[in-house]
Amino acid sequence: MPPRPRLRASGWPGVRLHIVTGKGGTGKTTVAAALAMSLASTGRRVLLAEVEDRQGISQVFDVPPLPSVETPIAGAARGGEIVGLAVDAKAALMEYLQLFYKLGRAGGVLERFGAIDFATTIAPGVRDVLLIGRIYEASRRREDAKHHRNSDAPLVYDAIVLDAPPTGRIGRFLSVGSEVAGLARMGPIRGQADSLTEVLRSAATRVHVVTLLEDMPVQETVDAIAELRALKLPVGAIVVNQVRGGLVEDSDLAATVAADRVVSDCAAIGLELSLDVAEGLVAQVEAHTARRVMEAEQLATLTAVGQPVVTVPALFDGIDPDALREIADVLAEQGMVP
Amino acid sequence: MARARPRDPKLDIDAVLADRHTRVIVCCGSGGVGKTTTAAAIALRGAEQGRRVCVLTIDPARRLAQSLGLVELDNTPRPVSGLAEGSAGTLDAMMLDMKRTFDEVVLAHSSSEHAEQILANPFYQAVSSSFAGTQEYMAMEKLGQLRAQADRDGTWDLIVVDTPPSRSALDFLDAPKRLGSFLDGRFIRLISAPARVGGRGALRLVNVGIGLVSKVLTTVLGGEMLRDVQTFVNALDTMFGGFRERADLTYALLKDGGTAFVVVAAPERDALREASFFLARLGRDGMPLAGVVINRVAPAPVAGVSAARARAAAETLAEDGSEGSALVLEWHAELADLASRHRQVVRRFAAGHPGIPLAMVTALPQDVHDVEGLRAVGAGLAG
Repeated sequence: MPPRPRLRASGWPGVRLHIVTGKGGTGKTTVAAALAMSLASTGRRVLLAEVEDRQGISQVFDVPPLPSVETPIAGAARGGEIVGLAVDAKAALMEYLQLFYKLGRAGGVLERFGAIDFATTIAPGVRDVLLIGRIYEASRRREDAKHHRNSDAPLVYDAIVLDAPPTGRIGRFLSVGSEVAGLARMGPIRGQADSLTEVLRSAATRVHVVTLLEDMPVQETVDAIAELRALKLPVGAIVVNQVRGGLVEDSDLAATVAADRVVSDCAAIGLELSLDVAEGLVAQVEAHTARRVMEAEQLATLTAVGQPVVTVPALFDGIDPDALREIADVLAEQGMVP
Repeated sequence: MARARPRDPKLDIDAVLADRHTRVIVCCGSGGVGKTTTAAAIALRGAEQGRRVCVLTIDPARRLAQSLGLVELDNTPRPVSGLAEGSAGTLDAMMLDMKRTFDEVVLAHSSSEHAEQILANPFYQAVSSSFAGTQEYMAMEKLGQLRAQADRDGTWDLIVVDTPPSRSALDFLDAPKRLGSFLDGRFIRLISAPARVGGRGALRLVNVGIGLVSKVLTTVLGGEMLRDVQTFVNALDTMFGGFRERADLTYALLKDGGTAFVVVAAPERDALREASFFLARLGRDGMPLAGVVINRVAPAPVAGVSAARARAAAETLAEDGSEGSALVLEWHAELADLASRHRQVVRRFAAGHPGIPLAMVTALPQDVHDVEGLRAVGAGLAG
């Protein structure tokens, strides 16, 4: 069977909510931040949110820790803007209770009795409903501060990028509906869980999976995509991060170079090498070739999944706003933004 | 591998393993830095040096799990085959099954009638399989069990634990306490109060808040969920105190002189920053630190040609049409640059943490998924 051609991302027309997941250590926060930057540089106002108390966003943008309210973190070309948000389950629950129940001081009583802790840490699924619910609320908010569909005020955010939990937890995190359904059979949490499920499964949402060309991240990516599909959640791109570039196609050629040939070629340009050193140099390339062959296999495995594959080159000097911009450009070139 | 700076102490893992007082080694670090592999490699090395080792892994790569014989998910340690000929020690391995561990705790600490009630409760089922802190709690619970078994019948003299990939540094230190204090806490007593005979006392204490709290919870969560929680909590009643107590015991065990923490990192800014958080937290809690392992360090390139010279030569060779040789030199330059970048970030890290023993493990050309690969990692670790 001929290998499946690699699909290209098509700019995701109609998608407003980009959810970015990936195994820990694959750079999902970096990719989420770069995607937000990429979207913002087309003049959009983008909300970049995280939900795991890790303050990853403030680190990649090199800004002070984000509070649990929306905070502008970076401007972009053509009036674009990135607004950051570290969603906090407790704050979200308090806001939620204020909004729907006008609690006033009673909120403090709940807090003192540990009810807030209970709802946000222990009650299964409730935490996730609150976290996603907070994103959902922001995504529907209009500039007249109303959420009604019949309001004609423009939406506050053109796009939302969510730095979501890692692949190991993503299915559970996004299947808020069924998780809560088993426990809260009625009530507003259940009602909200149902509308969240509807949005998450809609054409306006994509879940992108970040990976590396290594055994375990690739396996987890394949597993996570199968899980997301089974949950009827729309899968977006596979983003292959930290691709060490350039030498893949040439490496077979290198494997055939003999050490004595390297010695004579180098002697011809005035670089004297001992045969020992030349053998060492060739061995380095051979080890590298073995690695690249394995990476090519991993890439084939990912391509076979049938989602668009986007590659991001390895950047060695750490992630700062300049590096992010570089990755943002790469993402734009490969069809991650309209 | 070479030390970061002449004066930086080197983590001597063989000395840690040779010290018979070392009974528990905990490997912690952020996700994706090779924590599980490091834990398994240390365990194997210990076994081949004569220790009777049990390694508790949390979420090993599939092929690594298979090579360790971790195919049967029965939540008990199984012997690993393939130890070096003539090894005096033994190696058992297991993979944590958090739901099963929780079930076992319930079964061990309540009457069979109670246990059945608890296991069937939907709230229990959700907490035991998906509560964010359950994995951490159960990892510590399992460690406590294994340690108790080791003390009781001498099966193992060393337990090596991998830790769950945490949301934040050392969640596994906090989660047991969090779950424990929750289950023992005021709120649980409060919501379970109406179903108890002694509920009146609780009511008197909290009469202002209880009506409001139940009302809000009922409206927000739905009455049924609250009833499930009440059933769950009342069924767990007999175990109250037990959770807290055991969490405290495990915490004390970790602080014990027989425990050695190994912080695992990779030569990248983010992973090293996480490692710094781990070090700070371990220091604050007075946890015994063995040192830091930095995995995936680029191997030192062949000596004799500098990166700059190799790059210049590669360009000339390419112009002359000697592409094969050009590529060999270009790759050498890349490798030399990468190795010096890694040395630089590690040096910076070491300078920020003077006196902390470090070990660097060279990146292997292939992923590790057999005993032989683990042995190579262990050898690299020992330097």
